[in-house]
Amino acid sequence: MSPRGGATATAVCAVALALTGCSGIQSSTDPHGPVAGAIYGLFIVFMIVAAIVQGGVTIALLLGALRRRRLDARSVLELDPASERRATLVVSALVGLTAATIAGLTLLSFFVGRTDARLAGSQELVVRVTAHQWWWEFTFEDPAPDRQLTTANELHIPVGRPVRLKLLSPDVIHSFWVPALSGKKDLIPGRLNEILVQADKAGVFRGQCAEYCGLQHANMALKIVAEPPAQFDRWFAAQLTPAAEPRGAQATRGREVFLSSGCALCHRIRGTSAAAVFGPDLTHLASRSMLAAGAAPMTPGGLGGWIADPQTVKPGSKMPRVPLSGPELVALVAYLEELK
Amino acid sequence: MTRRLQPDRRTLDPAAFSRALASGLARLRVKAAGPTTGPGFWALLAAALGLAAFGGLAARALWAARAGRVERREEWRRLSLSKEPDDGGPGDAALALALGRTWARRPGLIGALSTVDHKVIGLRLVLIAFSFLLLGGCAALVMRLQLAGPSQNIVGADFYNQLFTMHGTTMMFLFAVPVMEAAAVLLVPLVVGARAIAFPRLVAFAQWMLVAGGVLLWGGFALNLGADVGWFSYVPLASLNYSPTKRADLWAQTVTFTELSALAISVSTIVTIFKQRAPGMSLDRVPLFAWAQLVTSFMTVFAMPGVMLASTYLILDRLVGTQFFNPAAGGDALLWQHLFWWFGHPEVYIIFVPATGFVSAIVPVFARRPMFGHTAIVLSLVSIAILAFGLWVHHMFATGLPRLGESFFTASSMAIAIPSGIQIFCWIATIWLGRPVFRTPFLFVLGFIILFVMGGLTGVMVASVPLDLQVHDTYFVVAHFHYVLIGGAVFPLLAAVYYWFPKVTGRMLSERIGRWHFWTAFIGFNVAFFPMHLLGLQGMTRRIYTYPAELGWGPLNLLSSCGAFLFAGSFALMAWNVVVSLRSGEQAGPNPWDADGLEWATSSPPPPYNFLWPPVVQGREPLWASAGRPPAVTGHRTDMREVLITSIADAVPETREPSPDESIWPFVAAVVTTILLTGSIFTPWAVVWGAPPVAVALIAWFWPKGDKEDEQ
Amino acid sequence: MTPAGNVDVSKLPDWAHGPKSVTWWGTLAFCAIEGTGFALAAGGYLFLGFLNQSWPISSPPPDLIWGALTTVTLLASLIPNAWLNRAAHAEDLRRVRLGMVIMSLAGVIALVLRVFEFGALNVKWNQDAYGSTVWVLLGLHATHLVTDLGDTLVLAALMFTRHGHGRRFSDVTDNCFYWNFVVAAWLPLYALIYWAPRLGA
Ligand code: HEA
Ligand code: HEA
Ligand code: HEC
Ligand code: CUA
Ligand SMILES: [Cu+2]
Repeated sequence: MSPRGGATATAVCAVALALTGCSGIQSSTDPHGPVAGAIYGLFIVFMIVAAIVQGGVTIALLLGALRRRRLDARSVLELDPASERRATLVVSALVGLTAATIAGLTLLSFFVGRTDARLAGSQELVVRVTAHQWWWEFTFEDPAPDRQLTTANELHIPVGRPVRLKLLSPDVIHSFWVPALSGKKDLIPGRLNEILVQADKAGVFRGQCAEYCGLQHANMALKIVAEPPAQFDRWFAAQLTPAAEPRGAQATRGREVFLSSGCALCHRIRGTSAAAVFGPDLTHLASRSMLAAGAAPMTPGGLGGWIADPQTVKPGSKMPRVPLSGPELVALVAYLEELK
Repeated sequence: MTRRLQPDRRTLDPAAFSRALASGLARLRVKAAGPTTGPGFWALLAAALGLAAFGGLAARALWAARAGRVERREEWRRLSLSKEPDDGGPGDAALALALGRTWARRPGLIGALSTVDHKVIGLRLVLIAFSFLLLGGCAALVMRLQLAGPSQNIVGADFYNQLFTMHGTTMMFLFAVPVMEAAAVLLVPLVVGARAIAFPRLVAFAQWMLVAGGVLLWGGFALNLGADVGWFSYVPLASLNYSPTKRADLWAQTVTFTELSALAISVSTIVTIFKQRAPGMSLDRVPLFAWAQLVTSFMTVFAMPGVMLASTYLILDRLVGTQFFNPAAGGDALLWQHLFWWFGHPEVYIIFVPATGFVSAIVPVFARRPMFGHTAIVLSLVSIAILAFGLWVHHMFATGLPRLGESFFTASSMAIAIPSGIQIFCWIATIWLGRPVFRTPFLFVLGFIILFVMGGLTGVMVASVPLDLQVHDTYFVVAHFHYVLIGGAVFPLLAAVYYWFPKVTGRMLSERIGRWHFWTAFIGFNVAFFPMHLLGLQGMTRRIYTYPAELGWGPLNLLSSCGAFLFAGSFALMAWNVVVSLRSGEQAGPNPWDADGLEWATSSPPPPYNFLWPPVVQGREPLWASAGRPPAVTGHRTDMREVLITSIADAVPETREPSPDESIWPFVAAVVTTILLTGSIFTPWAVVWGAPPVAVALIAWFWPKGDKEDEQ
Repeated sequence: MTPAGNVDVSKLPDWAHGPKSVTWWGTLAFCAIEGTGFALAAGGYLFLGFLNQSWPISSPPPDLIWGALTTVTLLASLIPNAWLNRAAHAEDLRRVRLGMVIMSLAGVIALVLRVFEFGALNVKWNQDAYGSTVWVLLGLHATHLVTDLGDTLVLAALMFTRHGHGRRFSDVTDNCFYWNFVVAAWLPLYALIYWAPRLGA
């Protein structure tokens, strides 16, 4: 057979292989929640149908083209009524088959689409997600005002419990997407959307803003940390506490720098006088694993680099460069490092 | 002077012939006074005319010389051998002479700006569109460089965002749609056997609007005002608050220009196919290529107003403070998306359906038999067009619309698989039942079928709401639409280039380079775009200028970038083929493929009046039925441009309408419209002070200039 | 019909009215384009209307008087328009000239009334989304009035020159046809602009 048919066949196999082989913390082929799992199952069904159709079409085409090929011709064929009739039958049957297949796929899609509706229940945790150019803000909704925890870019959830995310945006359209858990949903100014996520296994799942939202759309990642309920409760309690007092002179100096250099104009650190909410809440900054929605790692170096020059690390970010001396920067980093 | 030369091809009327000659001579003298051609040419001409008085042969030679083309072998042959009673003879010569004068293109710059010859304009549109393919393709290559490895810094975020917006906007609005329109302008009149396109001045205007749109977009890019909000320019990102520079305005106005152009061409195409078909070409005999262009033009008519309205709203919001998209004042961001995708989805079929027209024209010729399922294909085309307006929401599944509504759009999107499948099955059946001849156009058609089915199947996947919620806005969708756009539309386009190149230029493209071209394109394309499916599944979102290494996307991206360069290289092969073949390609003759369509019933390239004898149609494959020589229409005036108007259903001749002459006014109108629309980016008053010049230009355009019809 | 062989078209006329003329088809195609534009703009109006709690958002509905006058004028103009159409079919140059003048006047009157309509909307285009949509709806239709009036004026002038014969009569009937479209398109817009805001209240 021609290399083309071979290529296509290999390609189809390659998909199947790659799918089982590839995983990663941001892959839809490595589901860790019921919604993503159901969708992955649906995907496999579609893949099988697609492979059959692609294979069938390719083989029929190449057979048809090669079986009576000619290199040159001037004459036009006389039609043979019998084979025309046979072909009409075959084509009609294939069209019927196509209709049946897509009807089936449509129904299947409809039911898989209702997976999250089956999850919904009173056990839900409700988190408000506000997307900003270009970072995420999470607020746990709770009747008690002092339990309304606000954090940024990294969300912890308990395993096995549905979490209802209320999606809002004050600026442009973003899209919330953590492939390992579920599909995506847009955050649209002036509208309230919801999405239900649930993790079946503990793990760290990366996600990323999926709707183009301007300059730093590429650096608008988030992480969901799914952990056993007890561990989640511990995390939640810890996050509710105000920021730790600085230990040592360096860190204390760092806090002064923070409060006097303008950082407090935009950021909040509970337990200090910094209470602004323009930028991410930094109360427990050091408990997170990445900075500025994935633009830098949460390491002393990453932190220093980010504060020294956010516009180089993440050009266009809404955080300006604040002029600081070397020692000030070192102190500031030492302080922020302690905000576990 | 004669008004109506009636050269019956069987019985030549010598009186009419000499009258025609006399009038021709009279006119030539008038022309000879012009400064553009030297006296030597006219001496030659006069001598030749003298010879023509003795016989048709010399007159034929004269005509060939006048047109500057000696390769009209077929006419030569007819002339010298004159085997059949209705062939050759001095009648043809006189007719060619008279028509050549009447339909002559004006020389010089003014002539170039004034031309209304659909073949000239169509060819220009093809070249313009391919230039934009080159520009958009270069933007893509820079993007592929940047994405070839993780955390690269070849271009910055701002530039990258401009690149993909310029790439998408250019490809959709300045390449893919225009190139299909170009095919309509260039070929539809020939395919339906007409002497000219309907509303040729409108088409001339359309060509300039397209140029204006492209210059605006790329001029802006050169001035660091390249659009940067994506090819669908979602609000509020594109609103004044988040895009304070003029970039978004340039995008919106570019869209207005290109849509004006598309609408104008669609109207001309529809009317040409409805009213200017050859006598006898009843609806059931309309070639599938023309059907595809007809259906496409209808989609354009009903789709483009959506984006015109949307971009008008956007400009108004940005310029005079209307509140269409401002949720704080009762507006809504999704209004934009509904209006845009109302247009945007049909848009992709506006690109794809003409491509299927190419395929349906090419497959039977190379399978050496009539198309299997002609009627089924027509019905498929029509149902694709109707369905196309019922599935725009499948681009908005992630916006959180009501679930039941979304399921409806899943069903309607997947339903497109049926008419698409019918077409695929009919093509395969035609090939299966035929005796295929493997030439380059046919290779590209085979490639098309394989690649388009692949893209169509991923289309069916993304039509499923749950699946789409995973892969929406990822490289899986990028893979889907490059498979359908390039596999489904560019491959047929390349087939069409190889197929119709001889008709347009008179020379064949090289078959050897063609095969190389096909294989590099096919392999390069798959290497470039197949990995994108996997990347999308692995979570790579689109429109990102960089990605971190730990996500593991690096190797596949590198592979994809290599493929992109290979694919780009295949275009270099094509360009090489064009250059070589233009100079030394094999002479084509009128019908090198022994094809069935009317465009092959005239010389290659066709004369300005398309057909010396406009054909009469007696079946679906007119040239196969009549051994290359269909019966003809006689009785047209030769001293003014005329087209034959026939009835819609049965193509019975109704009237002979005059066809507009060359005119500079469409160009002038385009210039003042451009000034008005560009000015309106900066001040709403541009519309006020721009209106009078536009009105003047339009009046001059339509004002009759003492045409012969007025001399009665 | 299958022609038996060569076809002689020399006896055919060189112009005709209505669907036998390409201009008529061109006009129809532009009506389809503009009709789609109107329909989508109306759709946008309804979309925003359903989305907002109150409609109009923060203003009283438009005053009725000027809109009613325009509507009456447009409807009344259909009579001379039909008369003109017949005259053009009869190729009666004198009546056609008169009819063209009357239709030009009708266009001018409708346009003047339209200016007052904008004043009676009781909202500015930049006040809220309601204001924006009604201004655009009215403006879109006003644009058609302007262009058709321009068309009519030029054609009227043509009929008074040596060009006033032959296929110009067909142009006149196409112009009549287009005017019918402009009037027909207005009626739903009129209902939307003037009466829809009163339904909710
Ligand atoms: C030429 C252009 C073209 C064509 C032909 C198509 C064809 C199809 N497209 Fe595609 N599409 C685009 C261009 C095109 N598309 C573009 C440009 C975008 C992205 C825009 C953007 O976001 O930038 C897009 C995006 C897009 C989306 C939105 C994805 C997203 O953003 O998340 C969807 C969702 O439903 C979709 C669906 C389809 C479907 C169902 C078809 C169908 O028409 C396919 C039908 C064909 C077949 C199915 C194959 C042949 C059939 C058979 C062999 C029969 C047997 C088949 C079965 C049994 C299934 N397309
Ligand atoms: C028909 C449409 C079309 C075509 C042909 C292409 C062609 C290519 N596209 Fe596509 N692409 C789109 C339409 C198209 N694209 C759209 C609509 C988008 C979405 C944009 C958005 O998100 O807003 C997109 C987005 C897009 C992306 C995603 C960007 C992102 O999301 O960040 C990428 C990434 O690799 C890409 C790559 C390519 C490549 C490598 C090619 C290559 O195939 C290009 C190869 C071609 C050339 C290199 C030029 C060839 C040379 C000639 C023709 C010269 C001969 C002619 C003369 C001399 C006159 N494209
Ligand atoms: C004008 C407002 C502003 C000022 C002043 C400001 N920031 Fe920020 N900061 C932001 C914003 C907005 C972000 C989110 C940026 C992003 O992710 O794109 C941010 C992010 C951060 C982050 C990363 C948070 C996370 O969760 O990843 C740190 C740490 C930080 N700022 C520290 C500082 C320090 C220290 C200063 C003072 C030297 C400071 N900021 C001054 C607005 C500000
Ligand atoms: Cu936020 Cu993309
Ligand atoms: Cu679509």
